Amino acid sequence: MILVYTEINKGKVKKASLEAINYGAKIAELTNSTVTAIAINADAPQIEEMGKAGAKKIVSIKNDALNSNDSMLLSATVEQIANAEGAKIIVFSFDITGKAVAPRLSARLKAGLVAGAVDYPTINGNNLEVKKSVFSGKATALYSINSEIKIISILPNSFPVKLGDNAATVVEFTADLSNVNSKIVFKEKKSNDVGGMIPLPEAELVVSAGRGMKGPENWGMIEELAKELRATTACSRPVADMHWRPHHEHVGQTGVAIRPNLYIAIGISGAIQHLAGVNGSKTIVVINSDKEAPFFKSADYGILGDAFTIVPKLVEAIKKFKANQN
Amino acid sequence: MMKILVPISNVPDTTTKIAFTNGDTEFNTAGVQFIINPYDEWYALVRALELKEAGKAEKVTVIHVGLADSDATIRKAFALGADDGVRIDNEGPDAYFVAEQIANYAKENGYELIMAGKETISFNGSSVGAMIAGFMDLPLVSLATKFDLEGNKATIEHDIDGGTQVVECELPLVVSCAKGMAEQRIPNMKGIMGARTKPLTVVAATSNDKLTNIKSYTLSAGRTTCKMIDENNIDELVHLLHTEAKVI
Ligand SMILES: Cc1cc2nc3c(=O)[nH]c(=O)nc-3n(C[C@H](O)[C@H](O)[C@H](O)COP(=O)(O)OP(=O)(O)OC[C@H]3O[C@@H](n4cnc5c(N)ncnc54)[C@H](O)[C@@H]3O)c2cc1C
Ligand SMILES: Nc1ncnc2c1ncn2[C@@H]1O[C@H](COP(=O)(O)O)[C@@H](O)[C@H]1O
Repeated sequence: MILVYTEINKGKVKKASLEAINYGAKIAELTNSTVTAIAINADAPQIEEMGKAGAKKIVSIKNDALNSNDSMLLSATVEQIANAEGAKIIVFSFDITGKAVAPRLSARLKAGLVAGAVDYPTINGNNLEVKKSVFSGKATALYSINSEIKIISILPNSFPVKLGDNAATVVEFTADLSNVNSKIVFKEKKSNDVGGMIPLPEAELVVSAGRGMKGPENWGMIEELAKELRATTACSRPVADMHWRPHHEHVGQTGVAIRPNLYIAIGISGAIQHLAGVNGSKTIVVINSDKEAPFFKSADYGILGDAFTIVPKLVEAIKKFKANQN
Repeated sequence: MMKILVPISNVPDTTTKIAFTNGDTEFNTAGVQFIINPYDEWYALVRALELKEAGKAEKVTVIHVGLADSDATIRKAFALGADDGVRIDNEGPDAYFVAEQIANYAKENGYELIMAGKETISFNGSSVGAMIAGFMDLPLVSLATKFDLEGNKATIEHDIDGGTQVVECELPLVVSCAKGMAEQRIPNMKGIMGARTKPLTVVAATSNDKLTNIKSYTLSAGRTTCKMIDENNIDELVHLLHTEAKVI
């Protein structure tokens, strides 16, 4: 049985969680097994969607304490389910929760972990072999997991989501958290104001701008382009460091690493540390006024020229395209 | 008073052109400049040093799991101000193994605050900090961007899905450190001179549990050619994104 950890966000099953269930289903196929998904504080439609993604069984837990993002409580819950179900392979998304819970579980269950898988695993005797991205996207490494229990967390946006018509059986589970000695006390939560945009790690379309924009007052056209495309905005590191844009928009080696379908880089030179966080994007468009800008060497499409005239034209072209689509 | 343990990793400089040897089974270190992993240095170590300077911690120890060729990197941490260092003499890099070694050392030597980086720029596991917390059965605050300490109580701001959150937690505690914790520092002359004489203890590994290993590497494929589009023909770009790239 393949155990998959899922999360609900803003009333929906996270896309990253659907990817993880699909991925689990693929391993189930390879190992002649089935997928059991863990659903935390999920309602009936959400559980139904997990079934459609390929879960045969859903272990449903209702416990408000688990809404706190405390990885100690979450990990104890998953550990109890893994033991009760006899899970040998556990799948997470390599997202913020997955990065906190999967490693703790690895330590608790003595389970080898590959964090950030970019491909489906293959089976080699008792071992699983799976590729993960290393050196900030500059290479991949083929890992072998040699322990009895194995954990894989998958890089978001690396696997397509497919929904079928499978329906899962649901069982209720109560985790005993009385022995979990967490001392974390929650004070306040602030949500990043992204104006209804999809968060960067999950975004399929990203519009990003750099120091070439000259100042924060010029971001209006960047936001407009993003709005037309229903894309999420990002920026280079100096732009975040100078507080032209919020820190959560900073992409690159020391910021968020993303792999959207489309990355549009405007007034960004393409320094190696910037590329490290974005070169997994499927298609890259670069708009830059310097024909020597290194980014053109890592782009699929380029426009040489002044962003201040090109971006408004691009907005118009997209509007026209959308009008023709309808 | 409380002691802080900062696990540091030894990684290729961010500008390194990555290459492999030995039938693509090993990272080629020829000509590569190694540095302290940026998250460990700029955020974890510098914030730990600030806490000590503010009289909130007694000592800052750096710990590294690696071979003797990492010693220069450990001495860089001394130059920045770390009091002493420990190297567990084993090449790693399996995260489970590394974390178990660090957790064992921390338990035996009474460290109450462990400040790791959020991830290494070499293996990008984002795992070791949370694993240490698992081995020690301690709370973890991941992706910390602000950290303060009053007596035994830490107040921490950290990233969560779609936002940030402020929490309080009593020590002992593990945090993984991200951008915002502190500003990068340049070592001064006094630091550099003192680095040579600070104690670096080398100890043998306490277990041999390696649960994963790397069989081979592949370089990421670069992009072949960039199609240039005239700025007066932007409809063409939109058309290509739709029909050729199929991304809109
Ligand atoms: C250890 C380390 C880690 C780092 N991590 C990151 C990271 O995670 N992310 C990151 O982004 N950087 C990172 N950096 C910084 C990186 O090296 C670059 O300095 C940075 O990416 C440059 O940002 P930029 O492209 O916005 O600015 P610049 O390099 O100044 O480039 C601006 C570009 O805009 C173009 N331009 C100017 N005017 C116009 C115009 N009117 N129209 C069109 N184009 C125009 C210019 O030709 C130029 O190419 C890191 C550096 C180090 C040392
Ligand atoms: N070999 C190592 N020795 C000491 N600390 C390490 C080592 N590898 C990783 N770490 C620490 O664990 C953090 C996360 O690493 P990783 O899980 O490899 O991304 C790093 O930022 C370091 O603080």
